[in-house]
Amino acid sequence: MSATRLFALPAILRHSVLLLTSALILVPFAWMVSLSIKPPGEIFRASFSFFPAQFHGAENYTKAITSVPLLHYIGNGLLVCALILALQILVCAPIAYALAKLNFRGRDLLFALVLIGLLLPHQVLSLPLFILCYQLGILNTYAALVFPYIVSPFGVFLFRQFFKSIPDDVVHAARLDGLSELSIVWKIMVPMSLPAILAFSIFSVVGHWNDLFWPLIAVRDGSLMPPPIGIMAFKNAEAGNDYGPLMAASTLVVAPLLIAFLAAQKWFVEGMTTGAVK
Amino acid sequence: MSGIVLRNIRKSFGPTTALHDVSLSIVNGEFLTLLGPSGCGKSTLLRILAGLEVQDAGSVAIGDRVVDGLRPKRRDVAMVFQSYALYPHMTVAENIALPLRMRRLNAWQRAPLVGRWLPGTGMARRAIDMEVGGTAEALGIAHLLDRKPGQLSGGQRQRVALGRAMVRHPAVFLMDEPLSNLDAKLRVHMRAEIKELHRRLGVTFVYVTHDQAEAMTLSDRVVVMLDGEVLQVAQPQKIYSDPDDRRVAEFVGSPKINMFDAIMRERGQVDVAGTALSVPSELTLGTELTVAIRPEAFQLAGHAGPGVLTGLVRMVEHMGSDLFVYLDVAGVEHPVIARLSAERAPEIVTGQTLHVGVRPDHVLLFDREGRRVRLRDGAAAASVTPVREWA
Repeated sequence: MSATRLFALPAILRHSVLLLTSALILVPFAWMVSLSIKPPGEIFRASFSFFPAQFHGAENYTKAITSVPLLHYIGNGLLVCALILALQILVCAPIAYALAKLNFRGRDLLFALVLIGLLLPHQVLSLPLFILCYQLGILNTYAALVFPYIVSPFGVFLFRQFFKSIPDDVVHAARLDGLSELSIVWKIMVPMSLPAILAFSIFSVVGHWNDLFWPLIAVRDGSLMPPPIGIMAFKNAEAGNDYGPLMAASTLVVAPLLIAFLAAQKWFVEGMTTGAVK
Repeated sequence: MSGIVLRNIRKSFGPTTALHDVSLSIVNGEFLTLLGPSGCGKSTLLRILAGLEVQDAGSVAIGDRVVDGLRPKRRDVAMVFQSYALYPHMTVAENIALPLRMRRLNAWQRAPLVGRWLPGTGMARRAIDMEVGGTAEALGIAHLLDRKPGQLSGGQRQRVALGRAMVRHPAVFLMDEPLSNLDAKLRVHMRAEIKELHRRLGVTFVYVTHDQAEAMTLSDRVVVMLDGEVLQVAQPQKIYSDPDDRRVAEFVGSPKINMFDAIMRERGQVDVAGTALSVPSELTLGTELTVAIRPEAFQLAGHAGPGVLTGLVRMVEHMGSDLFVYLDVAGVEHPVIARLSAERAPEIVTGQTLHVGVRPDHVLLFDREGRRVRLRDGAAAASVTPVREWA
């Protein structure tokens, strides 16, 4: 009896802290969804209730979709994020394999460079990248949105750490079985590293889905803009913000990420911990 | 079907030398074991043979071909690893089929969707499935073909690894401590299966182990390695009863062989711990020697005398059919271990004084550098203690 209480007390403390912090993170989300289905009058009411007295969701969401090409922006986001992710894995996995499993002169130096790349915030590079894109003549195209992210130091680092934890014998067995180095990467290393690949995918997609900084620099054509631009449209300094549709748009922009994350949650957590231990 | 010739292989990793000038020739169809403690370079030698490591100097020939610079898959060798090295994301069937798929199907035929419809693919795939099924049948794992390696026991994984090596009928099998991860009972069982596999396939096996029981029971010949050098290459019995080097005598045999510092006192006699042992040797008087005596070369003696060691019993271990008796002998640093028949030595107790005689033809002599000193007629030494059962 006393023993259970002894164990229960720290558990209660731990869980209350966890509940409190998750509440802090979840409340804005809940508020966003709540506001997105309220009429303007209720939004500014002093008392708070999650569900509106009068359901105004249909109007807000219709306005969010029709007054700006929000679905088009979301389509842009899907296309750009998918392209970035596919190319990142295509480029990073072989690099990571070479850094993890092959012996060659200068390997450690190259890996050190990758780590330095990891330290640089992307914003620092925006001007050189802008000039590079200009020289390549790809400004104001999808290519400009994708190109700077193809080589991801984070991806190389994460994959390299994961590949290193795969025993050398597996690579040796694959060589004896007749696999070329590239087929070892795609047939053995990548399938064995699925948790790491999924974790990286989440980071990559979330990061680029929400990115507004680089698209605003690289692209001027409205039809190429990413999802966050759709939210910006309802922010109006002169006429005041139109909160209902603004929140509806935000909900729509966040929804695909939430769905993707929940679907991949199991592997995501697994990938983070495995990567961390090794 | 190929023999193997290794010529003057050297390999270092940074400042440490793993292999000093190793030469070896392996007969076609032979079961050869590389035996040595961990870190002696035996696995490195196997990897060089497979093409997974590149030697610093020397050459490797398999069959009539020099294979230096050939990639592993071109050498026609298959390898079984200690960790099994199965592909965890593939089923057992896919694991076994992979070497065949890589060899028989081209890149387009292996492609996930289109491959199925290319001309010839269907037939090749069916042939592969047949062979995978046959191999699995032979190893008794046919009912496991749809499982993933993670769902298998150690022994089953071991069989899958063997199957993956067998399925493409390589000229040479390389095995790197394949039984080390199994429990003792299964190890003895799989040992017999590997022996049977060798008999059935009749191809060259090169087997790496640190376990002398495996080396002794499986091999046609044993290569004893230490610190990157080959100390002796011989049949298992010869390694045991007629070692070329002191280190071989010490490494092989359990319990460990007894070593004594000795001096040639008079013609045909050495002085060991105050006792004169007669040895048929013509060394000059005063030569310093090491005398090595296997535990089973001792027998009970009634009283002290020439050729008899006397000591206090420190410990007795009953092994069923045998007794291991540890004797403290004056002037000898380590306890002397004698292996006596349990029936003939029923009432030995700790603390008593015991006399043990030595059969002169079972005494091995080494010079101070550790090299074997052969007796006048080399045959005398080879009159051989029988190899006991190996646990």
